[in-house]
Amino acid sequence: MSEKSDLPQGTLDLLILKTVALGPVHGYAIAQRLQQVSCDVLQVPQGSLYPALHRLENRGFLAADWQESETGREAKFYRLTKKGRAQLETEAASWERLAQAVGLILRMSEGE
Amino acid sequence: MSWWQRLFRRKTMEERLEKELRYHLERHEAELIERGVDPGEAKRQARLAIGGLEQVKEKCRDARGTLWVEDLAQDVRYALRVLRKNPGFTTVALVTIAAGIGATTVMFMLVNGVLLKPLPYAQPDTLVRLEEKTDWSNQYGNLWAFSYSNYLDCKHESRTLDLAAWRYSGGTVTLDGGAEYVDGFEISSDLFSVLGVPIFRGRTFLPEEDRLGAMPVAIISYGLWQRRFTGSTAALGRPLRLDGKSYTIVGITNPGFRLNQDEGDVFTVLGQDASPSMRMRDRHPGIQVVARLRPGATLTNAQAELGMVARHLAAEYPQSNKGRNFPAAPLRPDVGEARATLWLLFGAVSLVLLIACANVASLLLARAVSREREVAMRAALGASRGRLVRQWLTESAVLGVAGGTLGTLCAIVGVHPFIAMWPGNLPRADEVRLDWRVLTFAIAVSLFTGILFGLAPGMRAPARELDQMLREGGRAVTGRSRVQSTFVVSEISIAVVLLVAAGMLGRTVLWLSSLDPGVRTENLLVTRMALSPGVVTDPPKTRMAWREVLDSARSVPGVESVALVDTVPMREGNNQVGYWSNPALPPASEMPLALATSVTPDYLKVMGIPLLKGRFFNDSDRLGTEPVLVIDEVLAQRTFGAEDPVGKHLWLAGNSSPFSSGSDVADVAQIIGVVGHVRYWGLARDDQAQVRAEFYYPFAQVADPLLRRWSELMSMAVRTSVAPLSVVQSLQYGVRGATADQVLYEVRTMDQLASESVAQQRFLLLLFGIFAGLALLLACVGIYGVLAYLMGQRVPEIGVRMALGATPASIHRMVLRQSLGMVFAGVGVGLLLAFVSARVLVDSVNGMRPLDSLTLAMVTMLLSAAALAASFVPARRASRVDPMTALRRE
Repeated sequence: MSEKSDLPQGTLDLLILKTVALGPVHGYAIAQRLQQVSCDVLQVPQGSLYPALHRLENRGFLAADWQESETGREAKFYRLTKKGRAQLETEAASWERLAQAVGLILRMSEGE
Repeated sequence: MSWWQRLFRRKTMEERLEKELRYHLERHEAELIERGVDPGEAKRQARLAIGGLEQVKEKCRDARGTLWVEDLAQDVRYALRVLRKNPGFTTVALVTIAAGIGATTVMFMLVNGVLLKPLPYAQPDTLVRLEEKTDWSNQYGNLWAFSYSNYLDCKHESRTLDLAAWRYSGGTVTLDGGAEYVDGFEISSDLFSVLGVPIFRGRTFLPEEDRLGAMPVAIISYGLWQRRFTGSTAALGRPLRLDGKSYTIVGITNPGFRLNQDEGDVFTVLGQDASPSMRMRDRHPGIQVVARLRPGATLTNAQAELGMVARHLAAEYPQSNKGRNFPAAPLRPDVGEARATLWLLFGAVSLVLLIACANVASLLLARAVSREREVAMRAALGASRGRLVRQWLTESAVLGVAGGTLGTLCAIVGVHPFIAMWPGNLPRADEVRLDWRVLTFAIAVSLFTGILFGLAPGMRAPARELDQMLREGGRAVTGRSRVQSTFVVSEISIAVVLLVAAGMLGRTVLWLSSLDPGVRTENLLVTRMALSPGVVTDPPKTRMAWREVLDSARSVPGVESVALVDTVPMREGNNQVGYWSNPALPPASEMPLALATSVTPDYLKVMGIPLLKGRFFNDSDRLGTEPVLVIDEVLAQRTFGAEDPVGKHLWLAGNSSPFSSGSDVADVAQIIGVVGHVRYWGLARDDQAQVRAEFYYPFAQVADPLLRRWSELMSMAVRTSVAPLSVVQSLQYGVRGATADQVLYEVRTMDQLASESVAQQRFLLLLFGIFAGLALLLACVGIYGVLAYLMGQRVPEIGVRMALGATPASIHRMVLRQSLGMVFAGVGVGLLLAFVSARVLVDSVNGMRPLDSLTLAMVTMLLSAAALAASFVPARRASRVDPMTALRRE
């Protein structure tokens, strides 16, 4: 089974931040949501998800606490910190710029 | 969460991580089951989706930031567990490392204490030493002891330096408890303050006491104070009789106070020394000058200033001071031959340590290979490569530190017995102790060795692909045998260097002990003697006193014959006199020098020196008759060649002739005999000595003005019929004189002096022998270990060979060939290194024989034989491999 991520380098962090920005959420839900929202286009490498979460937590972009989940069991819920929100904005902005630039190049007609 | 919280809440963290991941897995599983997947299959798929659970965990731990303390603690615990599990390996490795580091630390303690530590004075870096240097040189060179007058002028003129001076003295101390000869110093009043050394009790000398005619005062050493005054403060203010003159004791020095590494018991004031020569600018007794740079002054300033003072004095006293300068240099401890010996030994132990490292490294490497499966397992469980390397390094560092601690403890305990073994007195031995430098060194060496021998296996641990390792089941592939062979080759080459050095020293010591010292050393006692202070001021009384000493010594039971002599062969001190064989004398600086010895007529008989021609002195050679000389064969050969020297004359340079009364006119003396050469400079040094020619002159013909000085230097040589040291007491009693204040001091036997003259070589031989033996042993263990290991790895291959028809003998040969390859490579490299080290040895040890082919051949043979013996067992084992068993292992 191919576990290789099709996500460009560093994109995972951005996607996680965005997902968490919508409200406190636990790891499994993040994985689910990413997959659903992207209409199963993105293969979220579950093996990288948790190390990424811990890294972001460690850098202070995410905070976590243990809450009861929808199934009634205790789960670790992540939420965005102030610092994380700022990081999300800058990263989102830079992603937009990058995407636009790539789009422009791809839209070049071959005759030009 | 701060890092310490994490450190202490490690368990909680682990539980939470586990819980979080389990939650994920269970949710995923539940969802899959909901979609209709079979529960068992759901579990599998969920696990596959997340990848290796342990790997994810490890990555999460890494993502939290690696906690080196935590990792380190874990690594150390793991390392300890691994080491405990292999007691055999651990013991061998620990003992090897501890021996290596222990020996190196002992040598470093000595090097540190004797060579590196600054002098035990305040701010030793601002202390300098002054010398007199002339722009011309003669047979004595161009460096001179300071004259007191020049010192006073420099002291007066200098604005950059505070000068102080001292010189060796000594004399007979008479106290209630009897007479005793003590060493001492004459010092300037400000010596203690310039050196920045406080006084233990009382006071130092006052400036007004530092002149002729001032009240005689003395400072005594802590040792003398304890010995003769039982440490009572009542000693201050008491009179002390030194050479018949009374001094008031004003102070007591700190215990262990030394000048130029020498301790003295009595300090008197230099400025009170009334001998007329003291104030002369040439033909003076000489003093030592130390100085402290004043705040703000540099050595360059001081040198420039002293240069000016010197030019000044040269203009004022051209006779003595023309071309004479006063160079200043930082004051450093002078430790003589010990320097070369210490560095040689330090080099040798470092080589032994390197071998020990190589040995442990190859042991570790062998283990690393056999632990490949374990490594693969850990990698599979999520250990990163960096982490694995770290683990290896930690393991070897733990070994290094444990071995180092053990070794350092041994060194601390062992250093003092080792110093006791040192030939003669190790200078500055009391400075040898544990200090921060030694500790730093020991820690650095332990870590360095640990990392050095951990690096090889550590570097290669992650180098291979995980799946391949697991699949292979830890069996060998080629490539690592090269690393192992490198260890063996370097061990052998270092062993060659040490063996060659030991061989050279062995040949040197053999050769030295085969040499004829020129005197019969057995049953021969030599001792310095001080006459009664009451008689030395009057020449006729002095001559009479010496005759009485000889007579009473002869009547001591056990004494066969006695003679007086001023300078004794192989003991410190000599008198060099310029000579010429015709009256057309060259300038004094171009005259050849000979060792001049003043003796009484029985000297030849006492020492057992052969008379070759003519006659020796008798009682009719005395003051007033024609001065006579007896020369040795070296002087005869050098000056007269084949001619018969007896009856010919020698002209002795006026400024050093013992017959003259101080004029510059040369004295002429008749040669009446030729005697055998005596190895005056000791067995090891005599052949290379610059001044080897010798002549003797009768003590009875020494001029009256010189008699006092000569009498102060006189020694007695006593030929005994019993063990020489057994007569000392009765001899001392016999010669004590009418006033019971004549004493013997520095009592030695000629055998002692002769063996001390080669003690450095013997000592080096002993230690290099031990080191070389250790190196040989370690190298053999190394060869054995590596071959045994390589053969173990090659069992399947050997099985195939044998199945294909190889005979046990050919397998045997194959193994030996491999071993011989390593041995020859090692010996080759070793011999090249040995040529270099032989040069160092010849340059730094007196009497060293050059590297010879016999030594080389013997070392090569010894090493090859030992190496072959070490490879015999593995070879045998390999040749007995059962092909079936071997192949089944595939």
